[in-house]
Amino acid sequence: MALTQNLQSPQLYLQSLSRWRPAEIAFWLATLLPFVLAPNYLSLASQIAIAALFALSLDLILGYAGIVSLGHAAFFGIGAYSAGLISRFGWGEPLTGLLLSTLAAGLVGYATSFIIARFRHLALIMLTLGFGLLLAELANSAGWLTGGIDGLQGIHTWRLLGHFNFDLFGTTAYAYALAVLFFVFLGTRRLIHSPFGLALRGIRENWVRMSAIGAPNRAHIRTIYTIAAALAGIAGALLAQTTETVSLDSLGFERSAEVLVMLVLGGAGRLYGGLVGATIFMVARDQFSGIAPEYWYFWIGILLIFVVILLPNGVLGGLPNLIARWRRP
Amino acid sequence: MSAPALSARGLQKSFGSLVVARDIELALPVGARYALIGPNGAGKTTLINLMTGILAPNAGQILLGDEDITALMPQERVQRGIARTFQINTLFPGLNALEAVTLAVAERRGLSRRFWQNVADNKEAIDEAHDILVKLQLDDCCYQPTRELPYGRQRLLEIALALATRPKVLLLDEPAAGVPSAESHIILDAIESLPDELAVLIIEHDMDLVFRFARRVTVMVGGALFAEGTPREIEANPQVRAVYLGQAGRG
Repeated sequence: MALTQNLQSPQLYLQSLSRWRPAEIAFWLATLLPFVLAPNYLSLASQIAIAALFALSLDLILGYAGIVSLGHAAFFGIGAYSAGLISRFGWGEPLTGLLLSTLAAGLVGYATSFIIARFRHLALIMLTLGFGLLLAELANSAGWLTGGIDGLQGIHTWRLLGHFNFDLFGTTAYAYALAVLFFVFLGTRRLIHSPFGLALRGIRENWVRMSAIGAPNRAHIRTIYTIAAALAGIAGALLAQTTETVSLDSLGFERSAEVLVMLVLGGAGRLYGGLVGATIFMVARDQFSGIAPEYWYFWIGILLIFVVILLPNGVLGGLPNLIARWRRP
Repeated sequence: MSAPALSARGLQKSFGSLVVARDIELALPVGARYALIGPNGAGKTTLINLMTGILAPNAGQILLGDEDITALMPQERVQRGIARTFQINTLFPGLNALEAVTLAVAERRGLSRRFWQNVADNKEAIDEAHDILVKLQLDDCCYQPTRELPYGRQRLLEIALALATRPKVLLLDEPAAGVPSAESHIILDAIESLPDELAVLIIEHDMDLVFRFARRVTVMVGGALFAEGTPREIEANPQVRAVYLGQAGRG
C-alpha cells in the first residue's frame, strides 16, 4: 500500500490541496463570457450568480458540516428585506446596504445557532423548516413593514460606487453580483482549507470521533451556522438591490427547497457544487418555463431523479465516475 | 504518594432494572499498564463510557488526578487528558490519516477556530501529527482516505488519534478486535511502545496480548469488579478460571 506521494513533505502535501487548479481558473474566466456572448441574458446571469452564492452558503452547513436545513431561505429573506427596507428608508447606497443586510442575517443566524447546535438529524430538519415557516408568516402578517403579499415596493438602488447605474440590461447587476460572488467564494475557499474547515469535515465524517479528540462540536456548529446565515443574507440583499423588489417568496419554503435541489444537483461538499448546481437549475428553469410555464417543476423533478440515481454525489461528484465507467471496456 | 492518574469511586449505573456498573472502585496510577477483562456483557465498555463521559453515572465520582470530572462533557475530559479508542472503528472515513491526526492536534492546540488561515501554515502541528504517524508506522499510507486503509491500519489510526490529544490516561477498548492474529503483533508493538508516563487501561479478549502487556489485571463480571491482581495471580485464581478463562479457552 506504499504510495509514491511520500516524496512530498506532509506540509507541502497539505499546501498542494489548496492550490488553484487550471479548471478553477477556467471556470471563473467563463463567468465573464455572458458579457460578450449573451448580453441579452445578463439579468438571468445575475440571478444565477445570486442563486450560486445562496447555494454556496448552504453548502457550508450541509456539505461541509452535515447540517441539513430546510429553512435556509429565512436568512436569504432577512438579507433581502433588510436591503429593501434600508433603501426604502432613504439609503440606497448598495455596498453599505449589502453590509448592513449581511450583519442582520448573521445576527439572526447567531441567535438561532444556539438552538441549532443542540440538535441533529431529523430534529434539525424540522427545526430549520419550522423556523423558516415561522419567519415567512411573520413577514406575511407584518404587512405595514414588508408590504405583505404585495411585496416590498419603492426600493431604489443608487449607482454602484457612485458611477454605474443599475440598467435594464442587467450589466451592472451581473458585474456586481459576480464580483460579490467571487469575493465570497475566495473567503469560503480559504475557510474550507483552514483548520476550522478541517474540523467541519471532521464533524460531517464522524461526530462521535470529534468529541473523542476533544473538539467543541457545538461551538464549531454555531460558528459555521452564523457564517452561512450571513452569506445567505448577502445573496438575498443582492437580489433585493438588483431587482429593486422583495416578495414573500424570498423567504418561503419553496426557496429553501430549491437551493437544496441546486446543491444536490451540483454536488454537496464541493466548493463548486453549489455554483454548478445553481447554473444548471436556473438555466433549466429558464428553458423549461419557456416551453410550458406551469409545468416546469415536472422537468426539474425528472432532472433531480436522474441526477440522484445516476450521479449520487451530484454532477461534480458523479461525472468523473461515470466517465471512468464508460471508458472501462 | 501522588494521586492516581484516574480513579473511579463508587460508580453506579443502571438502565432500568439492569445494573451495568455496581460500586466500581478503580485507581489507575501514573504509568499504569492495566487490563480489564471479563465475559461479554460484563460492563467493560460501559465503564469506559462512564469514565469518558459518554454515559453519566447514577452515583459515584470520577477523578482525573485530584480533579472531579464526573460532571464534565466528553470533550472537556479529553482536553484534560483522557483519551480512548473504540472497539468498533470510529474514524473519519473521508479524511486521510494525515488530515485526521492533524485535526486532532489542531483541536488540542486550540487552532481549530481559525477559519482565515490555511491548514498548511501550521507547520508545527503538521509535523507533530506526522511524527505520531511515523511512530505508528502509518506514514507510508497517510495520504490515502481512511476508508481505503486495511483494517489493521485503521486500528492503528484509532491509537494515533488518541495519542494526538496528548493524554495522561489512555483507555483502549479491544484495540486488536477483528485484527487477524498474523497481524495482531503490529497492534501489540504499538501498545508496548506507548510513553512510560501514560496510564493505560486496556480491554481485550486476546489473552496472550493481555498477559504480555498488563502488569495488573482486573476481572469484571455482571457489572461488578470480581477480582484484581497480577496476571499470574489472576491466571491462578480458580474462580476467575471458572467464570472467564475457562470459557475463553486458554489452556
